[in-house]
Amino acid sequence: MRILPCGDKAFLVELDGVDDVIAHHAGLAAARIDGVVELVPAARTILVQVDTGVASLSAVADRVRQVAPLGKVLTSDAAVVEVPVRYTGPDLADVAALLGVTPAEVVRWHGDQVWTAAFTGFAPGFAYLVAGVEPREVPRRATPRTSVPAGSVALAGPFAGVYPRESPGGWQVIGTTSLLMWDVAREQPALLGAGSLVRFVDVT
Amino acid sequence: MRSAVFEVLEPGSLSTLQDLGRAGHMSRGVGVSGAADRSSLRLANRLVGNKEAAVCIEVTFGGLVMRAGGAATVAVTGAHAQVRRNGRLEGSHSAIRLVAGDLLSIGQPSAGLRSYVAVRGGFRAERVLGSAATDSLSGLGPLPLKAGTLIPVDPTSSDWPAVDFAPERADRFDGTVELGLCLGPRDDWFTQASVVRLLTEPWLVTSESNRVGMRLDGTALERSRDGELLSEGVALGSVQVPTHGQPILFLADHPVTGGYPVVGVVRDADVDRAAQARPGQLVRFRRC
Repeated sequence: MRILPCGDKAFLVELDGVDDVIAHHAGLAAARIDGVVELVPAARTILVQVDTGVASLSAVADRVRQVAPLGKVLTSDAAVVEVPVRYTGPDLADVAALLGVTPAEVVRWHGDQVWTAAFTGFAPGFAYLVAGVEPREVPRRATPRTSVPAGSVALAGPFAGVYPRESPGGWQVIGTTSLLMWDVAREQPALLGAGSLVRFVDVT
Repeated sequence: MRSAVFEVLEPGSLSTLQDLGRAGHMSRGVGVSGAADRSSLRLANRLVGNKEAAVCIEVTFGGLVMRAGGAATVAVTGAHAQVRRNGRLEGSHSAIRLVAGDLLSIGQPSAGLRSYVAVRGGFRAERVLGSAATDSLSGLGPLPLKAGTLIPVDPTSSDWPAVDFAPERADRFDGTVELGLCLGPRDDWFTQASVVRLLTEPWLVTSESNRVGMRLDGTALERSRDGELLSEGVALGSVQVPTHGQPILFLADHPVTGGYPVVGVVRDADVDRAAQARPGQLVRFRRC
């Protein structure tokens, strides 16, 4: 763990990779360190925002160094968000070919595990989901689409994601969901946040 | 007493409702937003006896005209701008009493960029995640004001103004804007000469500036390494350097994460002054 300066109200924790980020974010979130007002995980880092009226940056950094990462969350006692998917995406066949399996096997693999939201980004409500048991790498599309519909269920690199609103994008779209990832009418507009658990359910 | 409703007659180039934003939701991809110059919003609220975080109107480069639908006490802070009631000059940074039908107008500022209008009781607006801030990046919060927008006022609070008048240094926004800059997290992505230049040369605020950030113009900063940074969390006041080398200083509506290296972060207390810098003005960073 490396701690990098980030102004007078925050610091950046740099870690080895996304699995490390998930584990340390879970540990830090559970530790509820005095003075921490935001934890912003990303692919290899966690930004820690501090209310320096409550605790100094160095005091919080010392506590952060002591907090043990948490292992994979046991799915039996944690809430899992079920995302119904119609696997009719335009890139399903391409993804199957890239992985050397049939489209049906892609669907089974996608739905057979619990995914963890490692971090959010790109657009409000967009969570980068990491596979729980059987990670697979899927390259982005060679040519990004100028418009990907809201609700598109997609893959890129080691991540799965669901487009919260229509936007340009280069991820491989394998299906679509009617579940709203982002809805300002809800008390919490973003359905998923860092640490959320997700299971995709085939409703094709 | 029935509370007043304000009707916007002219919104100016950009007027939005703001408070101190919605903290605590960055891990869901939602930024804090809120007043670009938080200290001016706090002061406007104190002048009318509100809680510091009450909803105000943030007026960018003046031009707002609105009509009071009932008696109200208002105060205008921030940029140096002429404040008029029915065409007659009133003091800024002090409480102004309005009666039904009065027109309040904010002129184009002679210095500074953003004005804050507070009303005793606070403007009433729909809240998302606990805040009425208009976030121009995520689209959260009320829409920017336009001609015809009606803004109700919350029933008068029982607090008394903490201050009646706040004297402001007349030259507060003039000349070169000096900002404290803490280097990092990614200053090691740039050549030493570039980092020295960042801290010694003046940077021009360009017209490509808004609530998300201000683009600065100067000798491009050069990277000391190849490759791309994986996206990481971005703090308010971050000076991010895209590939072309011209820095962007992130303000209230900054993205939650970014994929370009942040060479340094402006001291939190100085971000308010950065938000008052106008296109054409010079900024100088001093290491903190």
